Amino acid sequence: MYDRKKLAGIATRRKKWHEEELTRSLRKSPQRLERFSTVSDEEIDLLCTPDPLSNFDYEEDLGYPGQYPYTRGVQPTMYRGRLWTMRQFAGFGSAEDTNARFKFLLSQGQTGLSTAFHFPTLMGYDSDSPRARGEVGMCGVAVDSLKDMEILFDGIPLDKVTTSMTINGPAAMIFAMYLAVAEKQGVPFHKVGGTIQNDILKEYIAQHSWIFPPEPSMRIITDILAYCADNVPRWNTISISGYHIREAGSTAVQELAFTIADGIAYVQAGIDAGIPVDKFAPRLSYFFNAHMDFFEEIAKYRAARRMWARIMRERFHAKDENSWKLRFHTQTAGCTLTAQQPMNNVVRVALQALSGVLGGTQSLHTNSMDETMALPTEQAVTVALRTQQIIAEESGVANTIDPLGGSFFVEQLTNGMEEKAMEYIRKIDGMGGMVAAIKQGYPQREVADAAFHFQRLVDAGKKRIVGLNAYRSQEEVPIPLLKIDDRVEKQQIARTKEVRRMRDAKKARACLSALKEGSLAPNVNLMPLLVDAAREYVTLGEMCDTLRETMGVYTDPAMF
Amino acid sequence: MATAKGKSSAAAPPKKTPRKVRILVGKPGLDGHDRGAKIIARALRDAGVEVIYTGLHQTPEMIVSAAAQEDVDGIGLSILSGAHNYLFPRIIQLLREKKMGDVVLFGGGIIPDDDIPKLVKKGVDRVFTPGTTIQEIVDYVNERIRPRK
Repeated sequence: MYDRKKLAGIATRRKKWHEEELTRSLRKSPQRLERFSTVSDEEIDLLCTPDPLSNFDYEEDLGYPGQYPYTRGVQPTMYRGRLWTMRQFAGFGSAEDTNARFKFLLSQGQTGLSTAFHFPTLMGYDSDSPRARGEVGMCGVAVDSLKDMEILFDGIPLDKVTTSMTINGPAAMIFAMYLAVAEKQGVPFHKVGGTIQNDILKEYIAQHSWIFPPEPSMRIITDILAYCADNVPRWNTISISGYHIREAGSTAVQELAFTIADGIAYVQAGIDAGIPVDKFAPRLSYFFNAHMDFFEEIAKYRAARRMWARIMRERFHAKDENSWKLRFHTQTAGCTLTAQQPMNNVVRVALQALSGVLGGTQSLHTNSMDETMALPTEQAVTVALRTQQIIAEESGVANTIDPLGGSFFVEQLTNGMEEKAMEYIRKIDGMGGMVAAIKQGYPQREVADAAFHFQRLVDAGKKRIVGLNAYRSQEEVPIPLLKIDDRVEKQQIARTKEVRRMRDAKKARACLSALKEGSLAPNVNLMPLLVDAAREYVTLGEMCDTLRETMGVYTDPAMF
Repeated sequence: MATAKGKSSAAAPPKKTPRKVRILVGKPGLDGHDRGAKIIARALRDAGVEVIYTGLHQTPEMIVSAAAQEDVDGIGLSILSGAHNYLFPRIIQLLREKKMGDVVLFGGGIIPDDDIPKLVKKGVDRVFTPGTTIQEIVDYVNERIRPRK
């Protein structure tokens, strides 16, 4: 891309500038810090010039939006054609509470839904399980059966609104319930669009809401891939998620590397299950964190697109261009928000959201200022949504594609990110792939080490966090917090018991025994059996318990 | 259940030195956010404490039975799910039933300020709020918790 002679000249003059101008200046006034590094503690150059990019090839490394390798974006017009989907993650209390929040957010200009389930649902327990005590409706909405799902989407047409559901261990069961609601609304499956997270490998690495061990979990996932390819073609079958890996304390490179390595494992599993790669790969999507280091994050998204395109074309020989495109959702980093001076979080979120947009995200969730302390109040979530709207409508950043493309700094960071992430991927390949690496505890250990290192930097004041280890204030202004009503647990338990009493018991039992038999036969696709069970109001806990018997359960290796 | 018994514990300790403080770091409830718990476990181990980490998704019964088996001096819990108002009191109740009321119980996570005095009144020794440094917790353990025998 650059003239070699000119680059050599730049390198010489840069060296001269460094030795003379810079050295003189540093003698007079030293730099603020001894070492400058990103939030992931990667060292940053004082000045970026074109000479380190001597092998950089515009056509090969950047190309054009909507074209391989998609570094500059997956659509030819990007946000000039359509803005990203504004998809705030919501869920608390009962299905009624959450339905009201969904409708409120849609009325405020949100363009897609995103469901947060409470922990018992995430772990495959009904609200009346002893394991659910104290947790019902606390960190998300309680969904035990089709009844709850009907209430959750009451008055929301599933052929018009797409829904993302953060659900992993019991993704197949919750998806079955969603399809059963669509059916009740008269929406045919081929018109239903949305996303289930369904990324179990990330659960073992970071988020830790699992049910079954890796192998049976992977079987359920390939069942979903095959079922959707034939029946629900608009559905995003896996949202391969780096978000939680980053929240657990990884660096940006680790987030990128482990997430892409998870993606590789899913594609390989789909191929091994006999599904042609181009039949399922176009419906895989990604989910990344927008952390605090602005340029590092932008570089991460750009590198991710380029890596995935290369991997899908060169490693998996996908032919469909849609298989090469990495589409992704972004969420601002919950772990960067502080309980101290919570209003400052609005500013953090705005910067993080901007990095997601400049990185070319397809969908965005902005965290609310109060989320380090509780689920967001209506007021806090409105400010968070308005943050996206202001970026979209007022800032002008959505008016051209990849405005930072060609920046010496950003291109250098993007290249570095790809190189370092590929090193990790080669290492994981060497271990036999991600499932094997997880069993050895490799990514878990890497993340724990990075989390510990970062905490040490913060405690030592080497990474400054405003309000926390810098500019602390004595008087804290409290902000209003959302409280979950204690009655939710009682009401939810009563409803689930009522569902079990009212349904056709014989049919429910038959569904469960069919599910059990199906799970023992490796060639049976479990999805149709789960949809049947959902229709008959079999509860989530019952479905999961049945499969726990035949597939086993995963337990925490408890390493630190 | 994983036990990590400090760097020097591979060799048998000499008879007369008092045994090290032994802390159980626990994750009760269903939330999987163990970043904080793991950082604390590591920091305490580095500070010479014997750390027993329960791993995730523990019921109050599992935690108290592990605490009894390992004969710990203190229990540190990390709770981010909002279930703290059930989990802490239930664990205190079980400790008393097992005549382990002298085990020091402390914790942290996402616990609204309003709830802290109520938990302290019920017997939680100390609740750490977000933004606490590793050193503050290590200092607390060193000053507050002694081997029970």
